[in-house]
Amino acid sequence: MTVGRIAVVGASAAGLAAVEALRRGGWSGELTLVGDEPHLPYDRPPLSKQLLSGDWETDKLGLRTAEQLDALNMDVRLGTKATALDAGTRTLTLDDGDRLATDGVIVATGVRARTLPGLARLDGVHTLRTLDDALGLRTWLSGAPRRLVVAGNGVLGCEAAAVARELGHEVTLVGRDPLPMGRLVGDGVGALLAAEHERHGVRQLTGGLDGVETANGRVTGVRLADGGTLEADTVLLAIGSEPAVDWLRADAALDTADGLRCDEYCAAAPGVYAAGDVARWYHPGHGRHLRIEHRMNATEQAMAAAKNLLVELGVSQDERRPFTPVPYFWSDQYGMKLQAYGVLAGADRAETVLLDKEQRQVAALYGRDGQATGVLAAGLPPRQIRGLRAVIATPGPWEEAHQRLLAAVGAE
Amino acid sequence: MNITLDVDKCCAAGQCVLVAPEVFDQRDEDGIVVLLDAQPPAEQHAAVHEAAAICPAAAIQVDA
Ligand SMILES: Cc1cc2nc3c(=O)[nH]c(=O)nc-3n(C[C@H](O)[C@H](O)[C@H](O)COP(=O)(O)OP(=O)(O)OC[C@H]3O[C@@H](n4cnc5c(N)ncnc54)[C@H](O)[C@@H]3O)c2cc1C
Ligand code: SF4
Repeated sequence: MTVGRIAVVGASAAGLAAVEALRRGGWSGELTLVGDEPHLPYDRPPLSKQLLSGDWETDKLGLRTAEQLDALNMDVRLGTKATALDAGTRTLTLDDGDRLATDGVIVATGVRARTLPGLARLDGVHTLRTLDDALGLRTWLSGAPRRLVVAGNGVLGCEAAAVARELGHEVTLVGRDPLPMGRLVGDGVGALLAAEHERHGVRQLTGGLDGVETANGRVTGVRLADGGTLEADTVLLAIGSEPAVDWLRADAALDTADGLRCDEYCAAAPGVYAAGDVARWYHPGHGRHLRIEHRMNATEQAMAAAKNLLVELGVSQDERRPFTPVPYFWSDQYGMKLQAYGVLAGADRAETVLLDKEQRQVAALYGRDGQATGVLAAGLPPRQIRGLRAVIATPGPWEEAHQRLLAAVGAE
Repeated sequence: MNITLDVDKCCAAGQCVLVAPEVFDQRDEDGIVVLLDAQPPAEQHAAVHEAAAICPAAAIQVDA
Protein backbone atom coordinates (compact mmCIF):
# COMPACT_ATOMS: atom_id res chain seq x y z
CA MET A 1 0.00 0.00 0.00
CA THR A 2 1.31 3.43 -0.78
CA VAL A 3 0.77 6.45 1.43
CA GLY A 4 2.22 9.01 -0.94
CA ARG A 5 5.01 10.33 1.26
CA ILE A 6 8.79 10.21 1.27
CA ALA A 7 10.67 11.48 4.31
CA VAL A 8 14.25 12.66 4.31
CA VAL A 9 15.92 12.83 7.72
CA GLY A 10 18.76 15.33 8.15
CA ALA A 11 18.43 18.79 6.60
CA SER A 12 21.96 19.47 5.48
CA ALA A 13 24.01 18.86 2.34
CA ALA A 14 22.84 15.30 1.72
CA GLY A 15 19.25 15.84 2.84
CA LEU A 16 18.90 18.87 0.59
CA ALA A 17 20.38 17.10 -2.43
CA ALA A 18 18.01 14.18 -1.77
CA VAL A 19 14.83 16.25 -1.74
CA GLU A 20 15.91 18.13 -4.85
CA ALA A 21 16.72 14.91 -6.69
CA LEU A 22 13.40 13.39 -5.63
CA ARG A 23 11.48 16.31 -7.12
CA ARG A 24 13.65 16.40 -10.26
CA GLY A 25 13.16 12.67 -10.58
CA GLY A 26 9.40 13.00 -10.67
CA TRP A 27 8.22 12.54 -7.07
CA SER A 28 5.02 14.58 -6.85
CA GLY A 29 3.72 13.15 -3.59
CA GLU A 30 4.29 14.53 -0.13
CA LEU A 31 7.85 15.22 0.84
CA THR A 32 8.93 15.76 4.42
CA LEU A 33 12.35 17.07 5.39
CA VAL A 34 13.21 16.62 9.06
CA GLY A 35 16.21 18.35 10.63
CA ASP A 36 17.12 18.75 14.29
CA GLU A 37 19.07 21.97 13.81
CA PRO A 38 16.98 25.14 13.82
CA HIS A 39 18.59 26.41 10.60
CA LEU A 40 17.74 26.02 6.93
CA PRO A 41 20.34 23.86 5.13
CA TYR A 42 23.75 25.54 5.29
CA ASP A 43 27.23 24.58 4.21
CA ARG A 44 29.72 23.17 6.69
CA PRO A 45 33.16 23.42 5.02
CA PRO A 46 33.29 27.24 5.41
CA LEU A 47 32.73 26.87 9.18
CA SER A 48 36.41 26.09 9.77
CA LYS A 49 37.54 28.47 7.03
CA GLN A 50 35.80 31.68 5.96
CA LEU A 51 33.30 31.79 8.83
CA LEU A 52 35.81 31.15 11.60
CA SER A 53 38.24 33.69 10.13
CA GLY A 54 35.51 36.32 9.96
CA ASP A 55 35.76 36.68 6.17
CA TRP A 56 32.17 35.52 5.78
CA GLU A 57 29.04 36.13 7.75
CA THR A 58 26.33 33.55 8.32
CA ASP A 59 24.26 34.73 5.35
CA LYS A 60 26.83 33.34 2.91
CA LEU A 61 26.45 29.80 4.22
CA GLY A 62 22.88 29.12 3.10
CA LEU A 63 22.79 26.38 0.48
CA ARG A 64 19.49 27.59 -1.01
CA THR A 65 17.30 30.65 -0.71
CA ALA A 66 13.90 30.45 0.99
CA GLU A 67 12.25 30.79 -2.43
CA GLN A 68 14.22 27.90 -3.85
CA LEU A 69 13.15 25.74 -0.92
CA ASP A 70 9.53 26.88 -1.25
CA ALA A 71 9.55 25.78 -4.87
CA LEU A 72 10.18 22.20 -3.71
CA ASN A 73 6.79 22.23 -2.03
CA MET A 74 7.79 20.24 1.04
CA ASP A 75 6.85 19.90 4.63
CA VAL A 76 10.00 21.15 6.36
CA ARG A 77 10.31 20.29 10.05
CA LEU A 78 13.27 22.10 11.53
CA GLY A 79 14.27 21.82 15.17
CA THR A 80 12.73 18.35 15.06
CA LYS A 81 14.60 15.15 15.77
CA ALA A 82 13.72 11.76 14.36
CA THR A 83 13.76 9.38 17.31
CA ALA A 84 13.00 6.05 15.65
CA LEU A 85 12.50 4.31 12.35
CA ASP A 86 10.58 1.08 11.93
CA ALA A 87 12.18 -0.15 8.73
CA GLY A 88 9.62 -2.92 8.19
CA THR A 89 6.64 -0.55 8.06
CA ARG A 90 8.70 2.50 7.02
CA THR A 91 7.29 4.48 9.91
CA LEU A 92 9.21 7.40 11.31
CA THR A 93 8.80 8.71 14.84
CA LEU A 94 9.64 12.33 15.64
CA ASP A 95 10.47 13.92 18.97
CA ASP A 96 7.32 16.06 18.83
CA GLY A 97 5.36 12.82 19.10
CA ASP A 98 4.37 12.70 15.44
CA ARG A 99 4.49 9.37 13.62
CA LEU A 100 4.84 9.51 9.86
CA ALA A 101 3.87 6.63 7.62
CA THR A 102 6.02 6.73 4.49
CA ASP A 103 6.74 4.88 1.27
CA GLY A 104 10.40 5.57 1.57
CA VAL A 105 12.96 7.16 3.86
CA ILE A 106 16.35 8.63 3.09
CA VAL A 107 18.64 8.77 6.10
CA ALA A 108 20.99 11.75 5.90
CA THR A 109 21.79 12.47 9.53
CA GLY A 110 25.53 12.89 9.10
CA VAL A 111 27.93 12.67 12.00
CA ARG A 112 28.36 14.47 15.29
CA ALA A 113 31.54 15.77 16.84
CA ARG A 114 33.08 13.40 19.35
CA THR A 115 33.62 14.85 22.76
CA LEU A 116 34.74 13.59 26.13
CA PRO A 117 32.27 12.92 28.92
CA GLY A 118 31.56 15.97 31.04
CA LEU A 119 33.33 18.46 28.78
CA ALA A 120 30.51 19.65 26.59
CA ARG A 121 29.26 22.40 28.86
CA LEU A 122 32.57 23.71 30.14
CA ASP A 123 33.49 27.35 29.49
CA GLY A 124 36.25 27.52 26.91
CA VAL A 125 35.85 24.00 25.54
CA HIS A 126 34.56 23.83 21.98
CA THR A 127 33.71 21.41 19.21
CA LEU A 128 33.31 22.41 15.56
CA ARG A 129 30.56 20.70 13.63
CA THR A 130 27.57 23.00 13.53
CA LEU A 131 27.00 26.68 12.75
CA ASP A 132 26.28 27.30 16.41
CA ASP A 133 29.59 25.63 17.34
CA ALA A 134 31.45 27.78 14.83
CA LEU A 135 29.83 31.03 15.95
CA GLY A 136 30.57 30.13 19.58
CA LEU A 137 34.23 29.48 18.84
CA ARG A 138 34.50 32.58 16.68
CA THR A 139 33.14 34.83 19.41
CA TRP A 140 35.55 33.26 21.85
CA LEU A 141 38.46 33.95 19.48
CA SER A 142 37.40 37.47 18.56
CA GLY A 143 39.04 39.35 21.44
CA ALA A 144 42.52 39.43 22.94
CA PRO A 145 44.93 36.63 22.03
CA ARG A 146 43.95 33.30 23.55
CA ARG A 147 46.01 30.33 24.45
CA LEU A 148 44.36 27.67 22.32
CA VAL A 149 45.00 23.96 22.35
CA VAL A 150 43.56 22.10 19.38
CA ALA A 151 43.19 18.46 20.36
CA GLY A 152 43.29 16.31 17.25
CA ASN A 153 45.43 16.94 14.16
CA GLY A 154 43.12 15.57 11.51
CA VAL A 155 41.79 17.81 8.78
CA LEU A 156 39.39 19.72 11.03
CA GLY A 157 41.97 20.41 13.73
CA CYS A 158 44.54 21.48 11.15
CA GLU A 159 42.20 23.92 9.43
CA ALA A 160 41.02 25.45 12.69
CA ALA A 161 44.59 25.74 13.99
CA ALA A 162 45.62 27.56 10.83
CA VAL A 163 42.77 30.06 11.07
CA ALA A 164 43.26 30.67 14.79
CA ARG A 165 46.95 31.27 14.23
CA GLU A 166 46.22 33.72 11.45
CA LEU A 167 43.90 35.53 13.86
CA GLY A 168 46.91 35.99 16.15
CA HIS A 169 46.23 33.40 18.85
CA GLU A 170 48.83 31.20 20.48
CA VAL A 171 48.06 27.77 19.08
CA THR A 172 49.21 24.29 20.06
CA LEU A 173 48.15 21.41 17.84
CA VAL A 174 48.20 18.07 19.64
CA GLY A 175 47.50 14.80 17.92
CA ARG A 176 48.16 11.13 18.24
CA ASP A 177 49.75 11.18 14.83
CA PRO A 178 53.28 12.64 14.72
CA LEU A 179 52.39 14.51 11.52
CA PRO A 180 49.30 16.64 10.80
CA MET A 181 46.71 14.61 8.88
CA GLY A 182 49.42 11.97 8.73
CA ARG A 183 47.13 8.98 9.03
CA LEU A 184 45.19 10.12 5.99
CA VAL A 185 47.83 11.73 3.75
CA GLY A 186 50.94 9.77 4.70
CA ASP A 187 54.40 10.94 5.74
CA GLY A 188 55.39 12.95 2.66
CA VAL A 189 52.41 15.28 2.56
CA GLY A 190 52.18 15.20 6.36
CA ALA A 191 55.73 16.53 6.63
CA LEU A 192 54.93 19.33 4.21
CA LEU A 193 51.91 20.30 6.30
CA ALA A 194 53.95 20.12 9.49
CA ALA A 195 56.48 22.53 7.99
CA GLU A 196 53.67 24.87 7.00
CA HIS A 197 52.17 24.94 10.50
CA GLU A 198 55.65 25.39 11.95
CA ARG A 199 56.40 28.29 9.61
CA HIS A 200 53.24 30.02 10.78
CA GLY A 201 54.13 29.52 14.42
CA VAL A 202 51.82 26.70 15.47
CA ARG A 203 53.37 24.54 18.17
CA GLN A 204 52.92 20.84 17.37
CA LEU A 205 52.95 18.00 19.87
CA THR A 206 52.35 14.29 19.62
CA GLY A 207 50.08 12.77 22.21
CA GLY A 208 46.61 11.62 23.08
CA LEU A 209 44.15 13.68 25.06
CA ASP A 210 43.34 12.48 28.57
CA GLY A 211 41.14 15.31 29.80
CA VAL A 212 41.10 18.96 30.71
CA GLU A 213 42.04 20.87 33.85
CA THR A 214 39.52 23.34 35.18
CA ALA A 215 39.14 26.05 37.78
CA ASN A 216 35.76 27.62 38.62
CA GLY A 217 34.03 26.00 35.69
CA ARG A 218 36.56 27.27 33.15
CA VAL A 219 39.20 25.35 31.35
CA THR A 220 42.78 26.06 32.43
CA GLY A 221 44.68 23.36 30.61
CA VAL A 222 44.81 20.04 28.87
CA ARG A 223 46.00 16.71 30.30
CA LEU A 224 47.79 14.42 27.91
CA ALA A 225 47.76 10.65 27.96
CA ASP A 226 51.49 10.52 28.81
CA GLY A 227 50.82 12.53 31.98
CA GLY A 228 51.99 15.90 30.67
CA THR A 229 49.86 19.02 30.84
CA LEU A 230 49.47 22.10 28.65
CA GLU A 231 48.14 25.43 29.81
CA ALA A 232 45.16 26.67 27.83
CA ASP A 233 42.23 29.03 28.18
CA THR A 234 40.57 27.62 25.08
CA VAL A 235 40.36 24.03 23.89
CA LEU A 236 39.01 22.83 20.57
CA LEU A 237 38.14 19.15 20.56
CA ALA A 238 38.74 17.92 17.03
CA ILE A 239 38.98 14.27 17.98
CA GLY A 240 36.80 12.80 15.30
CA SER A 241 33.14 12.14 14.80
CA GLU A 242 30.43 9.61 15.40
CA PRO A 243 27.73 8.75 12.87
CA ALA A 244 24.32 10.01 14.02
CA VAL A 245 22.65 6.59 14.15
CA ASP A 246 21.48 6.58 17.79
CA TRP A 247 17.87 6.97 16.59
CA LEU A 248 18.16 3.89 14.36
CA ARG A 249 19.53 1.51 16.95
CA ALA A 250 16.18 0.16 18.14
CA ASP A 251 15.50 -1.56 14.80
CA ALA A 252 17.54 -4.75 14.73
CA ALA A 253 17.06 -5.01 10.97
CA LEU A 254 19.48 -2.11 10.51
CA ASP A 255 23.23 -2.48 10.93
CA THR A 256 24.49 0.67 12.65
CA ALA A 257 27.93 -0.49 13.76
CA ASP A 258 29.75 2.32 11.91
CA GLY A 259 27.14 4.44 10.22
CA LEU A 260 24.14 2.87 8.52
CA ARG A 261 25.26 -0.11 6.47
CA CYS A 262 23.88 -0.16 2.92
CA ASP A 263 24.27 -2.20 -0.22
CA GLU A 264 25.73 -0.88 -3.47
CA TYR A 265 22.45 0.91 -4.23
CA CYS A 266 22.69 2.82 -0.93
CA ALA A 267 19.77 0.80 0.42
CA ALA A 268 19.78 -0.32 4.05
CA ALA A 269 16.42 -2.10 3.81
CA PRO A 270 13.54 -2.08 1.33
CA GLY A 271 12.48 1.56 0.92
CA VAL A 272 15.20 2.77 3.29
CA TYR A 273 18.23 4.48 1.80
CA ALA A 274 21.12 6.46 3.24
CA ALA A 275 23.47 9.13 1.96
CA GLY A 276 26.29 11.38 3.12
CA ASP A 277 28.54 11.14 6.15
CA VAL A 278 26.23 8.65 7.89
CA ALA A 279 26.13 6.07 5.07
CA ARG A 280 28.44 3.08 4.90
CA TRP A 281 27.76 1.50 1.55
CA TYR A 282 29.36 -1.16 -0.60
CA HIS A 283 31.47 0.36 -3.37
CA PRO A 284 31.80 -2.35 -6.03
CA GLY A 285 34.82 -0.65 -7.63
CA HIS A 286 36.75 -0.80 -4.37
CA GLY A 287 35.26 -4.10 -3.31
CA ARG A 288 34.50 -2.97 0.22
CA HIS A 289 32.21 -0.86 2.33
CA LEU A 290 33.16 2.80 2.52
CA ARG A 291 31.90 5.66 4.63
CA ILE A 292 33.04 8.99 3.32
CA GLU A 293 32.91 12.24 5.28
CA HIS A 294 33.38 14.65 2.39
CA ARG A 295 31.16 17.39 1.13
CA MET A 296 31.08 16.25 -2.48
CA ASN A 297 30.02 12.73 -1.56
CA ALA A 298 27.04 14.02 0.43
CA THR A 299 25.52 15.51 -2.70
CA GLU A 300 26.44 12.75 -5.13
CA GLN A 301 25.31 9.95 -2.88
CA ALA A 302 22.04 11.68 -2.03
CA MET A 303 21.29 12.04 -5.75
CA ALA A 304 22.07 8.38 -6.32
CA ALA A 305 20.02 7.21 -3.34
CA ALA A 306 17.05 9.34 -4.39
CA LYS A 307 17.13 7.97 -7.94
CA ASN A 308 17.30 4.39 -6.73
CA LEU A 309 14.45 4.91 -4.30
CA LEU A 310 12.29 6.31 -7.11
CA VAL A 311 13.02 3.23 -9.21
CA GLU A 312 12.11 0.97 -6.31
CA LEU A 313 8.84 2.86 -5.82
CA GLY A 314 8.05 2.57 -9.52
CA VAL A 315 8.11 6.34 -10.04
CA SER A 316 11.05 6.08 -12.40
CA GLN A 317 11.28 3.46 -15.14
CA ASP A 318 15.08 3.46 -15.00
CA GLU A 319 17.06 0.70 -13.36
CA ARG A 320 18.63 0.97 -9.94
CA ARG A 321 22.32 1.75 -10.33
CA PRO A 322 25.18 0.93 -7.99
CA PHE A 323 26.77 4.05 -6.51
CA THR A 324 30.41 4.02 -7.67
CA PRO A 325 31.78 7.54 -7.34
CA VAL A 326 35.33 8.79 -7.54
CA PRO A 327 35.35 10.51 -4.16
CA TYR A 328 36.74 14.04 -3.96
CA PHE A 329 37.80 16.25 -1.09
CA TRP A 330 39.71 19.44 -0.50
CA SER A 331 41.18 21.21 2.48
CA ASP A 332 42.44 24.78 2.83
CA GLN A 333 45.25 25.57 5.24
CA TYR A 334 46.98 28.95 5.07
CA GLY A 335 47.31 29.63 1.34
CA MET A 336 47.57 25.96 0.57
CA LYS A 337 44.79 23.92 -1.00
CA LEU A 338 44.94 20.14 -0.86
CA GLN A 339 42.74 18.23 -3.28
CA ALA A 340 42.28 14.50 -3.44
CA TYR A 341 40.44 12.01 -5.62
CA GLY A 342 39.64 8.44 -4.78
CA VAL A 343 40.19 6.67 -1.49
CA LEU A 344 43.12 7.54 0.77
CA ALA A 345 41.79 5.99 3.96
CA GLY A 346 43.02 2.51 4.73
CA ALA A 347 46.03 2.77 2.39
CA ASP A 348 48.97 0.46 3.10
CA ARG A 349 51.19 2.36 0.70
CA ALA A 350 51.76 6.01 -0.13
CA GLU A 351 54.27 7.64 -2.40
CA THR A 352 54.85 11.36 -2.54
CA VAL A 353 56.31 13.31 -5.43
CA LEU A 354 57.57 16.63 -4.11
CA LEU A 355 57.66 18.83 -7.18
CA ASP A 356 58.66 22.12 -5.59
CA LYS A 357 59.06 22.47 -1.86
CA GLU A 358 59.19 26.27 -1.85
CA GLN A 359 56.03 26.55 -3.92
CA ARG A 360 54.50 23.69 -1.93
CA GLN A 361 53.76 21.75 -5.10
CA VAL A 362 53.19 18.10 -4.38
CA ALA A 363 51.42 15.05 -5.73
CA ALA A 364 50.94 11.73 -3.97
CA LEU A 365 49.57 8.29 -4.74
CA TYR A 366 47.81 5.98 -2.25
CA GLY A 367 46.79 2.38 -2.42
CA ARG A 368 46.44 -1.00 -0.82
CA ASP A 369 46.91 -4.62 -1.80
CA GLY A 370 48.97 -3.62 -4.84
CA GLN A 371 46.22 -1.39 -6.22
CA ALA A 372 46.30 2.39 -6.47
CA THR A 373 43.13 3.85 -4.96
CA GLY A 374 43.72 7.57 -4.43
CA VAL A 375 45.69 10.66 -5.43
CA LEU A 376 46.33 13.94 -3.71
CA ALA A 377 47.77 17.17 -5.05
CA ALA A 378 48.54 20.68 -3.90
CA GLY A 379 49.84 23.72 -5.70
CA LEU A 380 49.31 22.34 -9.21
CA PRO A 381 47.38 24.03 -12.03
CA PRO A 382 43.71 23.01 -12.12
CA ARG A 383 44.02 21.19 -15.43
CA GLN A 384 46.71 18.91 -14.03
CA ILE A 385 44.72 18.26 -10.89
CA ARG A 386 41.64 17.32 -12.88
CA GLY A 387 43.87 15.06 -14.98
CA LEU A 388 44.93 13.18 -11.86
CA ARG A 389 41.40 11.98 -11.36
CA ALA A 390 41.74 9.65 -14.34
CA VAL A 391 44.78 7.99 -12.73
CA ILE A 392 42.66 6.33 -10.04
CA ALA A 393 39.10 6.61 -11.41
CA THR A 394 39.05 2.84 -11.21
CA PRO A 395 41.53 1.23 -8.82
CA GLY A 396 44.30 -0.41 -10.86
CA PRO A 397 47.81 -1.83 -10.55
CA TRP A 398 50.15 0.36 -8.51
CA GLU A 399 53.05 0.59 -10.96
CA GLU A 400 50.86 1.58 -13.87
CA ALA A 401 49.09 4.25 -11.84
CA HIS A 402 52.42 5.53 -10.57
CA GLN A 403 53.71 6.00 -14.10
CA ARG A 404 50.54 7.79 -15.12
CA LEU A 405 50.76 10.04 -12.08
CA LEU A 406 54.32 11.01 -12.96
CA ALA A 407 53.30 11.69 -16.54
CA ALA A 408 50.29 13.75 -15.47
CA VAL A 409 52.43 16.07 -13.32
CA GLY A 410 55.32 16.16 -15.80
CA ALA A 411 57.81 14.42 -13.50
CA GLU A 412 58.75 11.35 -15.52
CA MET B 1 18.61 29.02 -19.37
CA ASN B 2 20.69 31.62 -17.59
CA ILE B 3 23.68 30.75 -15.39
CA THR B 4 25.14 32.96 -12.69
CA LEU B 5 28.14 32.23 -10.50
CA ASP B 6 29.04 33.24 -6.98
CA VAL B 7 32.77 33.25 -7.65
CA ASP B 8 33.44 34.12 -4.02
CA LYS B 9 32.02 30.79 -2.87
CA CYS B 10 33.82 28.63 -5.45
CA CYS B 11 36.32 26.33 -3.77
CA ALA B 12 38.02 25.36 -7.03
CA ALA B 13 36.82 21.79 -6.95
CA GLY B 14 36.62 21.61 -10.74
CA GLN B 15 33.62 19.29 -10.61
CA CYS B 16 31.62 21.59 -12.88
CA VAL B 17 34.35 21.37 -15.54
CA LEU B 18 34.35 17.57 -15.35
CA VAL B 19 30.60 17.50 -15.92
CA ALA B 20 30.14 20.38 -18.40
CA PRO B 21 33.48 21.31 -19.96
CA GLU B 22 31.86 23.40 -22.66
CA VAL B 23 30.19 25.68 -20.16
CA PHE B 24 32.68 25.92 -17.29
CA ASP B 25 36.43 26.30 -17.01
CA GLN B 26 38.85 27.17 -14.21
CA ARG B 27 41.34 30.02 -13.92
CA ASP B 28 44.89 28.76 -14.22
CA GLU B 29 46.23 30.67 -11.23
CA ASP B 30 43.81 29.55 -8.55
CA GLY B 31 41.32 27.16 -10.10
CA ILE B 32 38.38 29.49 -9.58
CA VAL B 33 35.48 28.83 -11.93
CA VAL B 34 35.10 30.70 -15.21
CA LEU B 35 31.83 30.78 -17.12
CA LEU B 36 32.34 30.08 -20.81
CA ASP B 37 28.71 30.32 -21.79
CA ALA B 38 26.05 31.89 -19.59
CA GLN B 39 23.22 30.86 -21.92
CA PRO B 40 24.24 27.48 -23.25
CA PRO B 41 22.25 25.63 -25.91
CA ALA B 42 19.64 23.05 -24.99
CA GLU B 43 21.89 20.03 -25.37
CA GLN B 44 24.02 21.38 -22.50
CA HIS B 45 21.15 21.92 -20.08
CA ALA B 46 21.18 18.52 -18.42
CA ALA B 47 24.92 18.74 -17.80
CA VAL B 48 24.58 22.26 -16.41
CA HIS B 49 21.85 21.19 -13.98
CA GLU B 50 24.05 18.31 -12.92
CA ALA B 51 27.01 20.66 -12.39
CA ALA B 52 24.92 23.06 -10.34
CA ALA B 53 23.63 20.19 -8.22
CA ILE B 54 27.02 18.65 -7.47
CA CYS B 55 29.09 21.82 -7.05
CA PRO B 56 30.28 21.32 -3.46
CA ALA B 57 30.21 25.05 -2.77
CA ALA B 58 26.72 25.76 -4.17
CA ALA B 59 28.36 28.43 -6.32
CA ILE B 60 26.35 27.80 -9.50
CA GLN B 61 22.85 29.24 -9.96
CA VAL B 62 20.66 28.21 -12.85
CA ASP B 63 17.45 30.01 -13.81
CA ALA B 64 14.93 28.04 -15.83
C1 LIG C 1 34.05 22.41 10.00
C2 LIG C 1 33.95 21.45 8.85
C3 LIG C 1 34.76 21.63 7.74
C4 LIG C 1 34.67 20.75 6.64
N1 LIG C 1 35.47 20.97 5.57
C5 LIG C 1 35.40 20.14 4.51
C6 LIG C 1 36.23 20.33 3.37
O1 LIG C 1 37.05 21.26 3.31
N2 LIG C 1 36.12 19.47 2.32
C7 LIG C 1 35.24 18.43 2.33
O2 LIG C 1 35.18 17.67 1.37
N3 LIG C 1 34.43 18.21 3.40
C8 LIG C 1 34.50 19.04 4.49
N4 LIG C 1 33.67 18.83 5.58
C9 LIG C 1 32.75 17.68 5.57
C10 LIG C 1 31.38 18.04 4.98
O3 LIG C 1 30.90 19.21 5.54
C11 LIG C 1 30.44 16.89 5.25
O4 LIG C 1 30.89 15.79 4.51
C12 LIG C 1 28.98 17.19 4.87
O5 LIG C 1 28.49 18.24 5.64
C13 LIG C 1 28.13 15.96 5.05
O6 LIG C 1 26.81 16.25 4.82
P1 LIG C 1 25.62 15.36 5.43
O7 LIG C 1 24.38 16.03 4.97
O8 LIG C 1 25.87 13.95 5.10
O9 LIG C 1 25.77 15.45 7.00
P2 LIG C 1 25.69 16.71 7.98
O10 LIG C 1 26.18 17.92 7.26
O11 LIG C 1 26.37 16.30 9.23
O12 LIG C 1 24.14 16.91 8.24
C14 LIG C 1 23.36 16.02 8.98
C15 LIG C 1 22.20 16.80 9.57
O13 LIG C 1 21.29 15.90 10.17
C16 LIG C 1 20.94 16.37 11.45
N5 LIG C 1 20.51 15.23 12.28
C17 LIG C 1 21.28 14.31 12.90
N6 LIG C 1 20.52 13.39 13.56
C18 LIG C 1 19.23 13.76 13.33
C19 LIG C 1 17.97 13.20 13.73
N7 LIG C 1 17.89 12.09 14.47
N8 LIG C 1 16.84 13.83 13.33
C20 LIG C 1 16.91 14.96 12.55
N9 LIG C 1 18.07 15.51 12.15
C21 LIG C 1 19.22 14.92 12.52
C22 LIG C 1 22.20 17.04 11.93
O14 LIG C 1 21.95 17.92 13.00
C23 LIG C 1 22.63 17.76 10.67
O15 LIG C 1 21.98 18.98 10.51
C24 LIG C 1 33.76 19.68 6.68
C25 LIG C 1 32.97 19.49 7.82
C26 LIG C 1 33.05 20.37 8.90
C27 LIG C 1 32.19 20.15 10.11
S1 SF4 D 1 32.24 22.80 -9.02
FE1 SF4 D 1 31.71 24.64 -7.89
S2 SF4 D 1 33.39 24.94 -6.48
FE2 SF4 D 1 34.09 23.54 -8.05
S3 SF4 D 1 35.09 24.85 -9.59
FE3 SF4 D 1 32.99 24.53 -10.22
S4 SF4 D 1 31.94 26.30 -9.31
FE4 SF4 D 1 33.86 26.16 -8.28
